[in-house]
This record gives sequence, C-alpha cells and structure tokens, in this order.
Amino acid sequence: MHNFYYFATGPLAWIAFLVFIGGSIWRFRSLLELARRKDSIVFEYMDTKFALRSIVHWLIPFGSRSMKINPTMTVVTFLFHICLFLTPLFVFGHVILWKENFNISWFTLPNAVADIMTFIVIASCLFFLWRRIKLADVKYLTTPLDFIILFIVAAPFISGFWAYHQFPGFATMTIIHIISGEIMLMAIPFTKLFHMFLFPFTRGYIGSEFGGVRMAKDW
Amino acid sequence: MSNYDKWDWDTSKKKVADLSAWRERFPYIEEFRVSHDGEKVAAIVKNEDMEFTVCVQSEDNEPETWENGYDKAWNLQFGPDDRLSALVSDAGEWKVSTDDETWENGYDFIWNMKFNSNGNIAVSAQKELLYSVVNNDTPWENEFSRLTDMVISPDGDKTAAVVESVPVLESEIFKFRQGCYSIAVNGETWDRNFMNVWNPSFSDDSNHIAASVRTSYYDYYIVVDGKTWDKSFSSVWEPRFSPSSIEKSSITAPNGELLNKELHPHNYSVTAPVKRGGKWYLAKDGEIFWDRPYFQLWQQFYSPDGTKIAAIVAPEFGKWTIALDNTPWEIRFSDYLSDPLFSPDGNGVACLFKDKGKWGVAVDGKAWDCLFDMVWQPVFSNNGSHLAVKFKKDGFYHIALNGNIIDEKYDDLANPIFSPDNSSILVRGLQGSSYNRKVIKI
Amino acid sequence: MSEYKSVNEIKKDTKKNESKKIEDRGILNGLEQLTPEKIESVINQVINDETGARLKVYVDTCVHCGMCSKGCHFFLSLNDPKFSPAGKVKQTLWEILRKKGKVSTEFIKDAATVAYTQCNLCKRCAMYCPFGLDVAYVMSVMRRICHKLGVVPLYIQDTAHSHSATMNQMWVKDDEWVDTLMWQEEEAQEAMENLRIPLDREGADIFYSVIGPEPKFRAQLIFQAAVIMNAAHENWTMPSMPGWDNSDMCMFTGDYEMMERLKRRHFESALHLRAKRIVMGECGHAFRSVYDVGNRALGWKMPPIEVVHAIEYYNELFEQKKIKIKKKFDRPVTLHDPCNISRGRGLHEMARNIVNATCSEFIEMTPNREHNYCCSAGGGVINCGPPFKNARVESGKAKAKQLFAAKAKGAEVVIAPCHNCHGGLEDIIHHYGVEMELKFFGDIIYEILELPES
Repeated sequence: MHNFYYFATGPLAWIAFLVFIGGSIWRFRSLLELARRKDSIVFEYMDTKFALRSIVHWLIPFGSRSMKINPTMTVVTFLFHICLFLTPLFVFGHVILWKENFNISWFTLPNAVADIMTFIVIASCLFFLWRRIKLADVKYLTTPLDFIILFIVAAPFISGFWAYHQFPGFATMTIIHIISGEIMLMAIPFTKLFHMFLFPFTRGYIGSEFGGVRMAKDW
Repeated sequence: MSNYDKWDWDTSKKKVADLSAWRERFPYIEEFRVSHDGEKVAAIVKNEDMEFTVCVQSEDNEPETWENGYDKAWNLQFGPDDRLSALVSDAGEWKVSTDDETWENGYDFIWNMKFNSNGNIAVSAQKELLYSVVNNDTPWENEFSRLTDMVISPDGDKTAAVVESVPVLESEIFKFRQGCYSIAVNGETWDRNFMNVWNPSFSDDSNHIAASVRTSYYDYYIVVDGKTWDKSFSSVWEPRFSPSSIEKSSITAPNGELLNKELHPHNYSVTAPVKRGGKWYLAKDGEIFWDRPYFQLWQQFYSPDGTKIAAIVAPEFGKWTIALDNTPWEIRFSDYLSDPLFSPDGNGVACLFKDKGKWGVAVDGKAWDCLFDMVWQPVFSNNGSHLAVKFKKDGFYHIALNGNIIDEKYDDLANPIFSPDNSSILVRGLQGSSYNRKVIKI
Repeated sequence: MSEYKSVNEIKKDTKKNESKKIEDRGILNGLEQLTPEKIESVINQVINDETGARLKVYVDTCVHCGMCSKGCHFFLSLNDPKFSPAGKVKQTLWEILRKKGKVSTEFIKDAATVAYTQCNLCKRCAMYCPFGLDVAYVMSVMRRICHKLGVVPLYIQDTAHSHSATMNQMWVKDDEWVDTLMWQEEEAQEAMENLRIPLDREGADIFYSVIGPEPKFRAQLIFQAAVIMNAAHENWTMPSMPGWDNSDMCMFTGDYEMMERLKRRHFESALHLRAKRIVMGECGHAFRSVYDVGNRALGWKMPPIEVVHAIEYYNELFEQKKIKIKKKFDRPVTLHDPCNISRGRGLHEMARNIVNATCSEFIEMTPNREHNYCCSAGGGVINCGPPFKNARVESGKAKAKQLFAAKAKGAEVVIAPCHNCHGGLEDIIHHYGVEMELKFFGDIIYEILELPES
C-alpha cells in the first residue's frame, strides 16, 4: 500500500505531468503543422484585435446571447470551470505537497471554501450527466466516451472530498484520488479535455472572421 | 491596323470634332468612339425620327449620320481597319452594319462582334432559337441548340465556338454528365463531346484550336483539335499556343498585327495552367512544365519569338506577381494583376497592378512610383524602350510615359499609340467639347 | 421555448420528422453508380487532400454540449435532436471520420440529405457554440464529398450545370441576356425618357451585376435598378457577355472548381471594363460567393475589386442625397435580415437606415441583426427544389412565428433584401397563412422615388 502510494506520488506523478505537458505540446505542434500545411489561409485571417474581442465576450458570464438564453448552463459552466481550475491549484493539501517536495508555496484556500468548490465541481458534473441523459439534443450527441470523460473529471474531486473528510476507506481513496487526478492530467492532451487549450484558437478564429471579414458580432 | 505607318504623324494637334454641335443636334448620344488613327469620332445617336443611327465626324466634315435609322443599334466599334461597325435591328431583324452598309443576312439576334486583325467581322447569331456563327455575312451551315465563347481565327477565315452538340434539356443531369458539349469550327463539330468546354483559342497559323474541358467533375483536360492531353487535372485554365517563330525585327501594330512579318515553319506547342493537389502549375503539351507550385497561376503569355513565357501568379495566398520563366518577381501586390505583356523585342515585361485599392504599372519587377484611380492596358513602343498608359486620377484622364505624366488632362481618352519609329505618341482625347488628335514627340 | 425540453417532449416531434422518404432523382440515381470502394476513395481523397487542421479541430473540440441547438432554426422549428447543428455533424463527418470513409450508400443518401437540405450554411450556430465551431464549414465538406460522388439533389445539380455551361444559374443564353436588358431598357424609358442600361461601358463607376433568376423571372428588378441608377445620375454599366451573373450554386453543391471559374469570370468581367466597383442586386448568397468564398478560393484575401451589396449602395444614395423620394412608404414594415449580408457582412444597420429613410413605420422582428433566423431557403436549400419543399417550409416554423409576432404588432409588409429569402419567406407566408406582403428594398424605393426632370 505504501509502496503504491509512493509510486503514485513519485514516478507516476512525474509521468503524469510529463505526459500532460509533452502530450499537449505534441498535440499543439501537430495541429499547427497541419494547419500550416493545409489550412494556411486560416493564419491570413487571424486578427488579434477581433480574436480578443470575441474571447473576452465569451469569457464574461452572460456576455453572449447564447449564454443569456441558457442561464442555468451559463451559471453552472462558469462555476464549474472556475472551481475545476482553482481548487486543485489552491487547496491546502496540494500546496503542502509542493512545499514539501519543491519548497515552493502559495496562497491556499480556506478548507470550507475548498469544500464548497469541490462540491460545485461534483454537482456540476451531475448536472452535465443529467443533461446527457435527459436532454434530447444532448443525449443524441453523447457517446460513451463523454460519460467516461465526465467520470475522469469528477473522480479526483469525489475521491479528494472523500479522502479529506476521512470517510471510511479514505486511505485507499487517497490513492484513488492521486491516480484519478493523474489520469485526468494525462487524458487532457488526448481527449476532448484538450478543448481548454483550443478555445482561444477556435474562438479567436471565428472572432477574426466575424470581426475582420463579416464585420459582425459573434456573441 | 491599316496604313499604320502612313498615318499623319506630323500634325501636332487637330480638333477632330466639336461635340457641342452634336449635343445641340441630338437629344440622345451614347459613348463616343474614336478611330485608331484618331481622324474620326463616332457615336450611336437618335436622329430626328427618334430612330437609332450612327453619327460620324472627322476634322474637315460636319457631323454626319448614317442614312439608315434603326429600332436599335449597339456595340459600335471601329475595327482594326478603322471601318465602323455596329449591330443594328430593323423590325426585329438584326444585322451587322459597317459604314452604313448592312449585311444581306438577318437574324433574330446577333452579338459578340469579333474582328480579326484585318478587320474581318464575325458575330454569334440566333435565328428561330437555333444558334450559329456568321463570318463576314456567311453563316455556318450547321446550327446548334446552344452556342457561346465564339472566336475568330487570326487569318479571319475560321470561326469556332463552344456548342451544345447533343441537345440536353434542363434537369437532365445524368445526360449532361455524359457530355453534351463540343467545339464547332466553321460549323463542324469535333467528333468528341465533353461535359463542358471553355476558352477555345486558335493557333497563330489558324490551323489548330485548343480549349479547356472537363469530362467529369474532377477530370479537367486541355484539348487540342479534339484530342485531350493524356493526363487529367483537378482543374485547368485557358490554354495558349506558342507563337509562330517570327523575326525579332518585325514591328507589332497596337492591335497585335505584325508588320514586316516573316513566318518560319515551326512546331506549335500549347501551355495551360493546371491544378494538382490544390496547387497550380504551368503545363506544356500535357506535362508539368513549371514544377513550382503556385497558389494561383493564369494568363500565361509568350514573348513574341516564343522563347520566353510568363504568367500572372500568386506564389503565396493573397500575394500576386509575375513569374517569368517560372521565376517570380520579388515584388508582390495584394489586390490584382492584369494586362501583362512582353515588349515587342521580348526583353521587357509589363503589367498593371492593384495594391491596397490603388492601381499602378509594374515593369520588369519594379513598380512605377505614381499610383492611379484606374489604368488601362499598357502599350510598349515598337522598340520596347518606352511604355505608355492611359490612366484616370481625380476624375480626369491622362497619359503616363515611362512613369511620368505627359500632356494635359482629358475628360475622356483613348489608349495611346506609338508611332512606327518610336518617336511620338498619338493621343486621342476629349477636352471640354472638342475631340482632339495630338501627336506628341517623345 | 424554455431552456430545456425533455426527451419525452421531443420524442413526439422526432417521430413526426422521421424517415421521410427521399424522392430526389439526383440523389437516388447518383447512389446507383456508387461502390463501397468509390465511396471510400472519394471520401479519403477529400479528407486527406482538401481538409486539415480546421476540420480536425472542429470535430475534436466539440464537447457534445448541445449549446448549438438553439442556434439552429431547424432545431427550433422541428424540436428534433437530429436537426441540431452538432446532430448534423454526427450524421455526417463524425461517422465518416470514425469509419475512415467505409460507409454505405445508405449512409451517403442520408448524409447528402442532411448536408444539402437540412442546413442553410447560415453560420448562426457558430454564434451559439462557445467555441465558435463552424458547422457550416463541416457541412460544406460533406457537400464537397457528395459532389465528388455525384450524389447531389437534382434541381441544384442542374443549376450548377447551368453555371458551367452558360456562366449563369438559369440556362440564360447569351442573346437572351442582352435581349432582356434591351427590353427592360425600353420599358423603363416609359418612366424616364432616354434612360439607358449602358452595355460594356468602359471605366464606369459601377458595374451592376445580378443573379440569373433576375433576367429569367424577375426582370422588373433590372428595370427598377435601371430607373434608380438613372435617377441617381450614375456612371454605370452592365456587361453584354457572360460574367454578368454573380450567383453561385456551385459554391453550394461543392463544385469548387466551377465556383472558381464563375467568380473569375465575374471579377474579370468587371475589371476588364475598368469599373471602379461592383454593385450587386439584392441577393445574399451571391454576395457571400463574391465577397467571402469565391475570392479566397482564387487566392484573393479580399475581393480584387470593391464589392458593394444593394443595401450598402442604397444607403449611400440616401446618405449622399443622390435620390429624392416623393413621400415615405406608408404601410408598416418589418425587416428580415438575410444571413449572408447581416451575419455575413454586417449590413443590418445600413438596412435600418434605409428603412428609416423610406418607410414611415418600422416594426422589428426578434431576434434580429446577426441573430436573425434564416428563411430556411438559403445555402442552396431552396434550390434543391420541390422534393424538399415541404420539409423546408416546416423548418421555417420559427421564422413564421417571428413573422406572426411582427404582424401582431401591426407590420403588413416584410422587406427581405435577398432573393433566396424572398423565395423562402414566400413559401412560409403562404404555408402558415401569415398574410404579409413581401418586398425588396428596390420595390419600395422605386415606388416612392421622385424621378428627376430628364
């Protein structure tokens, strides 16, 4: 058990970060290379001003009509993404690991806040699950992989919550938490989770087309 | 251009016509046309009976209308021989009228008046919904259900057009795909049909015709005298024949006619832009000739002796230039490139360009400093040492010679013509109400 | 529509839309000539040679969230998940990429139907997808595949053939074109003495181009344009030879080689006459092809010559006071924003300026401007003809509701500055019994125009 713990927090963590960073770089580079070779025109129309204009509108809650007519989804997705990013970065248990291993540290979230944020992520995942099952148009689009990805995202939060509150079997759950977190990291470059990195480019491109050529808003 | 070398190259200025007299006399005047030699001005007008006719004036005469009046007249043009022709209709019958003499044969409609360099005239014609070509008042024997893209041979003896060789009805899409179009030369169709045929073009000796065709949505070919090249391409543009071998010392008249020409026997070749793998190349007689891929490539053109070839190209997306023997100029233009040509001696290449909304002239890879609101086909002097253009700026027309504005401003202007000895330029233009003919010494 | 509709609610609607038999001979007979090998090779050729990072990113980035659904008037009208933008991608490119081109003829039949008749390529969904994924582009890739397979709805295939043989959309012969212009010129001379439609006038300020259906079916629009141009004392021209038609169904069938040929002819036609700019009639798709799509395909970042849509031109006439009106059009109007010129070129504010300059009472439809609903006819859908007409009109239900709402506020006339929109709205108005009158801006301006002394 201990060995496994050390493996998960040691070599596997290194591997996870390497796969995440290396994989992301590889995916970016391959897409960029493909774009250069076959969609070089895209670069001709990219326009920083209009790209940023679009990105900003879509990063502000209710900044687009799409968000306004889907208020629940808007609130949930914003909270979800914020919590998804901030919680693992600032939760006390993680920062202490950085401190112990690399002697660097930063601001930490009060535990109660971290708890709420974790809860928001889990609840959001349940909401997304509900959408995938209950909303006809979303259900029609949903593939088994979408459920798996949802699970990959939820798992570290559920297990983390479990382990932190020392519910029964928390020791095992801690390892599950670590491994599930590492799985999520490693999954990012190779699954739709990569959308987090592609967002500025897809949004920026359509924003450039709408702003520069179509002279219209895209939000 | 008849008697080009015998034109009046001495009188520095003539007032060919005072158009205020026209304006008083006619309630309706269309655009003015001027003869190549600059001695005559003409326009379609309405006469006292409110019929369409043509009015002509030269230096020594009063404005004079054609005797015949018509229900409609259009397409008034001075031919290369400076005879004046128009398409005219009387009681629904259309004819060609040249210097007020109409052809014998009439049609339900005629259009696309084409001249060869001797002034021979051909038109496309429709009678009772059947289509043919009429060359010098002689119609083809065969008629077709559809006809377009008519061309006349350099010697004027032949005409060719894209025809619907197998009548196909709208909505017969599968029959269409089998191939229902071909080229008819003097009314005789090639023995092969294609899905589409475009851009027929005669060789210099008038004996061969090349065209672009497609046999399916993805098989485009160049076809020469009815036979396709061996290989298909994903798209093609217009084919062009290499010119006949011609003595370098010959003089080219502004209409392209060669004076003092001396033809040598030669083997013709055909070039065409072809698309493969999403990029354009120049192909010659079926094989890739310029191996460098371009984003766009068209309007290839030859030096008069046929030894050099150049084309308008876009080496990169949105950046246009001229490639000479497959080497692009270094300069690039953003908007457009047109009217490229070699100098008569084959040593220079000029073209028009549009860059960031302004027009200009580029010669041998360098742009003139001056930019214009609009500019017309550049004209080389016969020795290739001068280049002149007509351009428009701030509402007025001017002539620029070698990058410098010469002469005054005009309200309307015809293209400049160099004298045979390259010493002067003929300027034909409207100033106020006078149509003037000027010979300007260089 | 509430934010969420449950599966059960939508099931009923789905059933209604299910398995409508395709009776289009272009698609059915085209399928007969296919083999699995041919399908696979054509698909892989298109995917490998003609697409790249864009398609890959679009397909890979989509997180299947369904946010695009409400971007699509098909979905809003039919309540069927198959009609959500991403749902259409699922039925086409996802499957094709997943199976690496090994798909059946049955699949191609359905995919062709989806791509050609269930998407107007209006790009509204790109404004509803958080990532701005362009489903219209994906549908165009599907159409490109179908074009190369020869599986294209008969009517639109026929117009594409017309383009290739005549350089216009309606099989108008060279002589018929000039004859029509002369006829319209003569008719218009009744309104204005010595009015002209100047043919091939070199150096004109305006090269006026129209779409094939104008000389064929709506010649009075050429008449009206001639009167307006003459009233404004414009130095304008129209070409006598092919190149006059700015429309482009080849862009919509996926025949890009032909699209390039058409656009080149059109641009060169204007540039050869040394025209300063091209002014186009009230058409949306033609504008898209000249302003956005065709120029790129030929290698121009922007059109080589300024391209001005009728709305921009009319707006300029009023701003520069080039024409005068007798009095304002006095019936209450509403305005339909055509996708290709509002979302496609941001002309919606200018359109409102014209309405304000010409009409006494204006009632907005909502949503409007960039967020307008397509008329369901655009993107070549109406050009797929009678076999798909009923389905098309049903997908215009959202539009019909908009029209009814504007009518309830008093609007009697719908201004639609686009030919396809006219066709689509006419069918919607008729089918749903909206009972509103349709007009072009040209109709209104002509009606109230004060003719200058000759």
